[in-house]
Amino acid sequence: MNIIKQLFGGNSRQFGMIFALVALVVFFQVRTDGLILTPDNVINLMNGYSYILVLAIGMVLVIIAGHIDLSVGSVAAFVGIVVALAMRDWGLPWYLGIIAGLALGAAIGAWQGFFVAYVGIPAFIVTLAGMLLFRGANQLFGDSLTIPVPKEFQAIGAGYLPEIGPNTGYNNLTLLIGILGVVALVWGEFRGRRKAVSLGSDVKPVWVPIFKVVVFAAVILYVTYLFATGRPGTSFPIPGIILGVLVLIYGFISSRTTIGRHVYAVGGNRHAAALSGVKSKRTDFMVMLNMSMLAGLAGMIFVARANASGPSDGVGWELDAIAAVFIGGAAVTGGVGTVMGSMIGGLVMAVLNNGLQLLGVGSDWTQIIKGLVLLAAVVFDVYNKSQGKASFIGFMMKKLGGNNNPDLEVAEPLKGTIKTEA
Amino acid sequence: MKPRRQCELGGAPTKKSVVEGVSIMVSANPVILEMRSITKEFPGVKALSEVSITVRASEIHSICGENGAGKSTLMKVLSGVYPFGSYDGEIVFQNSVCEFKDIRASENAGIVIIHQELALIPELSITENIFLGNEPTKFGVINWAEARLRTMELMARVGLNEDPDTPVKEIGVGKQQLVEIAKALNKSVKLLILDEPTAALNESDSQHLLDLIRGLKSKGISCIMISHKLNEIEQVSDSITIIRDGKSIETLDVKADGVDEDRIIRGMVGRTLESRFPDHTPTIGEVFFEVKNWTVAHPQIADRLVCKNSNFNVRRGEIVGIAGLMGAGRTELARSIFGRSYGNYISGQIIKDGKEITLRNVPQAIKHGLGYVTEDRKTLGLNLLDDIKTTTVSANLGAISKNTVVDRDKEFSVAERYRKQLRTKAPSVEEGVAKLSGGNQQKVVLAKWMFTDPDLLILDEPTRGIDVGAKYEIYGIIQALANQGKGVIVISSELPELLGISDRIYTIFEGAITGVLDKNQASQETLMKRMTAATKSA
Repeated sequence: MNIIKQLFGGNSRQFGMIFALVALVVFFQVRTDGLILTPDNVINLMNGYSYILVLAIGMVLVIIAGHIDLSVGSVAAFVGIVVALAMRDWGLPWYLGIIAGLALGAAIGAWQGFFVAYVGIPAFIVTLAGMLLFRGANQLFGDSLTIPVPKEFQAIGAGYLPEIGPNTGYNNLTLLIGILGVVALVWGEFRGRRKAVSLGSDVKPVWVPIFKVVVFAAVILYVTYLFATGRPGTSFPIPGIILGVLVLIYGFISSRTTIGRHVYAVGGNRHAAALSGVKSKRTDFMVMLNMSMLAGLAGMIFVARANASGPSDGVGWELDAIAAVFIGGAAVTGGVGTVMGSMIGGLVMAVLNNGLQLLGVGSDWTQIIKGLVLLAAVVFDVYNKSQGKASFIGFMMKKLGGNNNPDLEVAEPLKGTIKTEA
Repeated sequence: MKPRRQCELGGAPTKKSVVEGVSIMVSANPVILEMRSITKEFPGVKALSEVSITVRASEIHSICGENGAGKSTLMKVLSGVYPFGSYDGEIVFQNSVCEFKDIRASENAGIVIIHQELALIPELSITENIFLGNEPTKFGVINWAEARLRTMELMARVGLNEDPDTPVKEIGVGKQQLVEIAKALNKSVKLLILDEPTAALNESDSQHLLDLIRGLKSKGISCIMISHKLNEIEQVSDSITIIRDGKSIETLDVKADGVDEDRIIRGMVGRTLESRFPDHTPTIGEVFFEVKNWTVAHPQIADRLVCKNSNFNVRRGEIVGIAGLMGAGRTELARSIFGRSYGNYISGQIIKDGKEITLRNVPQAIKHGLGYVTEDRKTLGLNLLDDIKTTTVSANLGAISKNTVVDRDKEFSVAERYRKQLRTKAPSVEEGVAKLSGGNQQKVVLAKWMFTDPDLLILDEPTRGIDVGAKYEIYGIIQALANQGKGVIVISSELPELLGISDRIYTIFEGAITGVLDKNQASQETLMKRMTAATKSA
């Protein structure tokens, strides 16, 4: 257990989610006799959930800022149908279609953001209205019919990396991405360590980063192998690339920029943020705008994958995205959450869905299990926080016989005394 | 409907009656509560070790100690927040050993705790609040007529003159405190625990409350009081137990031992504090900040002015005090100047360094070199989810970022610099601010504003809820800032504090500035006169 503590250090919360994900994969791998970790299934999983994960990226920012967005499914469907119609009826080329879709999403976001930020209506109400509004608009514009989309457009939802370069028996571009991933991992670890040395903070023993790099590199390479050895014509899917790029961008924005700081500050304590000079209304506006823009993108990815836009696209997506964010460790009260955590939360849901499907479990039980998993994840989190312990993961570490993080334990009596002060 | 009076008497063999202990006390009142060798441990920390206190019937017993000394933990043990079994030691109340398993059990025994953060529901009426969870019913239907009648009786006992149907949010904090006490009286309280009862009250409300507690005492109700206001403790207490670092240090009999504030402080800090304020010789320059004819309306009620034609100025290197009763418009004045973050601006000018400036929002105010430390650290001042380093840089992110990308090394070193400079007690700058004591939280907030390098720093109740030792350090920081040529405005309800650190003091009454006194002219009396009736005499 000390090993795990050394490896994950302060970031034990994310470790818990990764642990849950790995446990799920292993469980289903055993129960399905290896059906889950086959190239086709992994590719299928990525294709089938990337749009939910795109939504989760926007949703985690909305939730960190202390809001919620219930309209994403309807917005996705509305943008999808408008883009499909524009390409069919006006002959818009596919790339202009995408730009138009993003712009429309942003415009819808500006509309909702205006009410949330500047009129002061709770996002729950504004987006509940939006949910009805844009669902109706989808059916009005599309006459409740299905609108096909052109072949080139379909690539963003159902395309794969092309085969280029020498015939290695694998998809070369997929291999390249995997190798780049490993290089980035090694470089990041090395750089972080060098910085720790230069700042004079505690440096972990050498075996820790080496072990960490080896394990993660092995996982990356194995996943790369799976993606690179699918049926001919398949490889790492384009929606996966889009998702990956978005995760990198938004992960960076949320953790490393002043914009991200403002989102956390507003969600953590709106008044304190405002009195520190954060433009909290603009922050609210921007997260809502961004959410609808990403919803538009998710809608287009889905339409591309389904080859057509229909009247019931995106039904229930908001719930999947919100569930991913909360399983990923965000707090209902705002101020807490990470993009990476939400991705892992989304993958937990995806693997659960996929695994149960492979086991032949019906949708009735799948929904019941997913509901319970969501509840359990949040209950553990809330319970452990109320005990002043290290959240979900602290619980897991304890169950595994590990030591609790002493820093977090000390918190409780101090917290008690803080309460008595003004 | 009467609550049960007896303690939870289980069947365990260890319990014994302690009647014999009472008979020894011949002259004094009988002992009502004894907490014996209470030890409470949290994993890794011993919050209380062998703490004992004895409270007599009809006595006001104060518990003093610095923040983190264990006062609140002790009260939580007593009131059953930490149930029996989670601590070691014995609680003997009214001659029987008590094993409270929750707050309800202690309330049934007649021990009621009133927390500093009042447990009232703002939307409900006074009657509904008093009877919340304890409603008089007939066949499950609430008998409101009876409840109202009893509320009137209770309100008369606590000296509250309001319509019992008034929603609690519409009466002031002072009256809300009285509602809490009425609620306790309704539960046939024998021992009332008050945690910082006057922290949010103004002078006259505090006095009323203290008188009320004295009145309750004469009716046979004992009271345990926790307070940072030592003058109040000295004024009302019969005895004082001092707790330091989780241990009971001594119990003082106020009359017999001739206890005064200095004596209490010596017990709390374990040494004699030479002075409550550090020495300071100001070097005061010319006027650089001036507010003229400042008039601001209430944010919701347009015809109610919270600042009326106010004029004041600040000189370089000067510490300017603002004295006023709670609700006089001190905070409103400060916040309306600080980027109009309160109220609706009507008229007035701000002149800084000879030029008129317009501060429409907080970012503009910060850009023009203003800083404002709020009186309400937890709800307005801090994001309790943040750690020290993110808080320290949060008002000046631009200085540590390039093209919006935050330089985390710089952030770390800035926070570390201020931690060392202000001697913030924390294991590292990565510690969450929620885990810090009030004094250290305040240092982090000060660091945040110092990092914006303000010319004028407005401090609203900078030492509220902070213990004596940390107050001294905060005063030192304020003086150091003034020495750098910055102007500092200090708003405080504690007149001795204002008199101790200010070079000049403005008084404010009902939104209007009623006078200004130099340090050597000012006294509690002269200030108080201008803070209350000044407009009538003027």
